[in-house]
Amino acid sequence: MKLTETARSVGFGLVAAAAATYATSATAGGHGIDLSGKTVEWVIPFSETGGSAKWANFYAPLLSEALPGQPTVVVKFMPGAGSTKGANWFQEQSFDDSEGTLIFGSSGSTQFPYLLGDPRVRYEYNDWNVVLASGTGGVAYLPPDLAGKMDGLDASGLQGEDFIYGSQGATRLDLVPLLAWEMLGLQVEPVFGIKGRGDGRLMFERGEANIDYQTSSSYLKGVTPLVEDGTAVPMMSWGALDADGNIVRDPTFPDMPTFKEVCEATPGCETSGEQWDAWKAFFVAGFPAQKMVFLPAGASNDAIVTYTAAFEAVKARADFAEISAGRLGVYPQMTGDEATGALSSATNVPQAAKDFVTGWLADRYGVTLSN
Amino acid sequence: MDVLSIALPALSDAAGLILQPIVLGYLVLGVVMGLCIGVFPGLGGIAGLSLLLPFMFGMDPVLGLALMIGMVAVVPTSDTFASVLMGIPGSSASQATVLDGFPMAKKGQAARALSAAFASSLFGGLVGAGFLTLFILVARPIVLEFRTPELLMITIFGLSMVGILAGRVALKGIAAAGLGMMIGTIGEGDSAGELRMATYDMPYLVDGLKLVIVGLGIFAIPEIIALLRQDRAISDRKPLGGGWLSGVKDWFNNIWLSVRCSIIGVVVGVIPGLGGSVVDWIAYGHSVQTTKDKSKFGSGEVRGVIGPESSNNAKEGGGLVPTLLFGIPGSGSMAIFIGAIALLGSGNIEVGPSMLKNNLDITYAIVWLLALANVVGTLICIAASGGIARLTTIPFSLLAPFLFMIIAFAAFQSGQDIMDLVALFAIGLLGILMRRFDWSRPAFLIGFVLSNPAETYANQAVQIAASRFRRGMEEGLDYIFSPIVIVLIIITVISVVVGLRQAKTIMAEGKVNSGGKRAPLIFLLAVLAYLLVAYTNAAMIPDYAKADRVFPTFVAGVSIVACVVLLIQMMLRPETHPLFADREAEEDSRHGLWSTLAWFAGLLILTSLVGFILALTVFLLLFIRLRAGRSWGFAAAYTAVGIAFICFMAGLLNRDFPAGLLQSYVDLPWPLT
Repeated sequence: MKLTETARSVGFGLVAAAAATYATSATAGGHGIDLSGKTVEWVIPFSETGGSAKWANFYAPLLSEALPGQPTVVVKFMPGAGSTKGANWFQEQSFDDSEGTLIFGSSGSTQFPYLLGDPRVRYEYNDWNVVLASGTGGVAYLPPDLAGKMDGLDASGLQGEDFIYGSQGATRLDLVPLLAWEMLGLQVEPVFGIKGRGDGRLMFERGEANIDYQTSSSYLKGVTPLVEDGTAVPMMSWGALDADGNIVRDPTFPDMPTFKEVCEATPGCETSGEQWDAWKAFFVAGFPAQKMVFLPAGASNDAIVTYTAAFEAVKARADFAEISAGRLGVYPQMTGDEATGALSSATNVPQAAKDFVTGWLADRYGVTLSN
Repeated sequence: MDVLSIALPALSDAAGLILQPIVLGYLVLGVVMGLCIGVFPGLGGIAGLSLLLPFMFGMDPVLGLALMIGMVAVVPTSDTFASVLMGIPGSSASQATVLDGFPMAKKGQAARALSAAFASSLFGGLVGAGFLTLFILVARPIVLEFRTPELLMITIFGLSMVGILAGRVALKGIAAAGLGMMIGTIGEGDSAGELRMATYDMPYLVDGLKLVIVGLGIFAIPEIIALLRQDRAISDRKPLGGGWLSGVKDWFNNIWLSVRCSIIGVVVGVIPGLGGSVVDWIAYGHSVQTTKDKSKFGSGEVRGVIGPESSNNAKEGGGLVPTLLFGIPGSGSMAIFIGAIALLGSGNIEVGPSMLKNNLDITYAIVWLLALANVVGTLICIAASGGIARLTTIPFSLLAPFLFMIIAFAAFQSGQDIMDLVALFAIGLLGILMRRFDWSRPAFLIGFVLSNPAETYANQAVQIAASRFRRGMEEGLDYIFSPIVIVLIIITVISVVVGLRQAKTIMAEGKVNSGGKRAPLIFLLAVLAYLLVAYTNAAMIPDYAKADRVFPTFVAGVSIVACVVLLIQMMLRPETHPLFADREAEEDSRHGLWSTLAWFAGLLILTSLVGFILALTVFLLLFIRLRAGRSWGFAAAYTAVGIAFICFMAGLLNRDFPAGLLQSYVDLPWPLT
């Protein structure tokens, strides 16, 4: 386990260093662009109701104030095919047409099909230019009677149970919890066909599902009241990444054990080996840099510098911590080289991890993603 | 007491939400828009709400609700104009009003008929809202018990309503609903992500067809095309006549009839799927049954106006019950209402059982808005009746292009894809044919709307039940056969039996004569061919994804059997049989179907070449000049106003228009992009 961690952190360091060089050169070459009187379109490849919409709606007015010339920033929704439709569209946009008035917000659901070789994916992250990366986390929770069967952090008391989980699909972000529970030896049967994680929570509340997870902001809003009522008990968070790429406790939930801690305490669950590497790779792809803002392919340094500076200005607002905590949670909002590093760790998943997950999806759920 | 302690604060919160000038302003705006829509025959709540959808994104929830409720509530009031003044049902909910309202107008008692209708509408609307208030109090604890098997049962119950909507030939209704469900399964399956009747090469179909497009295509387009082909003003100008007060007196003298019909409206409205198409007929039947002197019915009996009009406003209150409490639409317009609520605000409001748990104040706000909208709507209808009566004398060929422009724009907003317009055209054609051959369009829409819940709940319930059964036989049976499920099964069986018996006497879309044998046969064969292709396509889904295969193969199988039986009947029966209903034989159309459609096909093709705005300019100019026969100057002015209006709307909403080939070569400024 130690070996892998070291290798990973070296890799992370290299990427960060390369990114830093790139960012410095970018800053050196740029004078920024002026967007006075323009309208910036922020395309979100999801519907108006999802988490990405909330995230973009939070940032849009702040970004408008921070960009030079105070352009109008409008959020445009282009839902379809689990965000691949919007991303494919964005891939075809050239910077010359928009000259900095077009940005795109991707999410974990855009990243996973890309990583898994979904036949619908016609986009390439490496062509795009990241200017902001926002992290999030996730929390798994149980009904109180089942939570009582855990022996401290040891989850082996749950192994004989039949778990039902309302899932959006095994190839989506749900593969992170599904794989985690499988590693703990839990018999979790996903019930597919729900439209959003909110539906999964309702299923849990009705007593039909007996295990669930929510991303941090939904957990804070939807599950915390249940925990206070005593109808739900948090099981574990997925954790967060530290600067060296290690999984540590989630700053939003410092009192909650991470999956890594639970795994270590549960016999049969390994925090090394290909299964762990695959889980961690997809966790890193899905959560610590879940939502990113991109300029299209061929963006000028000037534009990248301008947007980076604008998001930095937003982050530097005196009230940012206060207004963002309630709407985004306490997570890193990364710009510049940090964002580039996050993008790279989110999209450069080792081939072994991809192979493991595609094999697991095929064996366990009969899902084949190749043409 | 417990119930009251939760409800009372929610009620006062709701009052606080509504009683703000801006909310009331939006309500009045919605009422005015609903009035304008309701006046046009055939355009009802479905079309109106579909047009509002693009406005709903991110709107403040209470304001959006005020706008929508205002529109929904006033349609059954304002559609009375068309029924009484023109003898054309303004929407499916006021067909029965025509029977006595139009003769009254011909006798010069239009004002009396209208005021009796408005008084009844107002009363019915208030009864509906009052009922809803009480029902929510009573139903809340029960509804919160609803789990997947209960939701599945409610969905099946909704589908069983097809039996009533089916019309004279029950099998046609079943086939129509089956076709609607099959259209609803197009795209990626919810359970395993397998494609049904779609390929990744046509990404548009992968997401399935949107409700806005199906709703507009199946209901609005066929009506507009039919009116356009008849090509006359919606009504000949007639004096309204006096007697406003005598109409109100008529209503007051028959107040108990109004009470009874309001209750009928609420109860029928509660039943999902039944919606507006039958409620007025049931109320009319009741009015006839309870009147001693039946001789005047059909030639201007005011009770024949009071009954249906009391019921059709009350049903909106009833229709909100399944919509808000179960997330099961009570009617086509409620289906769109559900979609619109999801878009409001930041998506915090979800209809269904959770609505009563988390948004009780919003729920009550909806109820009060409904009551208020009825009052406002009635007042505006009375005040504006003189002007509205004149509006109906405008030749329809001047109104139609404007309506088409708005419908095309609304459809495009659902996916921002030129394919939206192609889909609208294709579904519109299907709607035209279904209308012509008297295949139940409400049944089709109910099938389409409930297709996805039926499939998802069925798959989930089976999966969860299997897990319960593994734990023990008893636990599994407890889960599936809860008391609520058993009650729902009983109600469903009763409603199917009664429905099939009643269906022959209820003509949801009016009487249709029979024509020749050939055309209905060809349409049936085309439907059958599609079902066979869809069946084969679904049957090829491999075993590991069988959750996506079971439902479409089952539905297609049932529909195919229905179609084959129909086919055999067609061979055996004479061509006067209702089986061969064909509207073409009776409607007095001055223009051919295909030449009328060609105008809109032309708009579509031109849009794909030069983009929407340029195509629309050419279309409006030529249509007004050539089809409507106005001068070039008039056509130019009409076009300018139309383009300005649509650009204003799009600018307000920050929306784009469909682009064509031209736009991929040349950069053009907005709105030409």
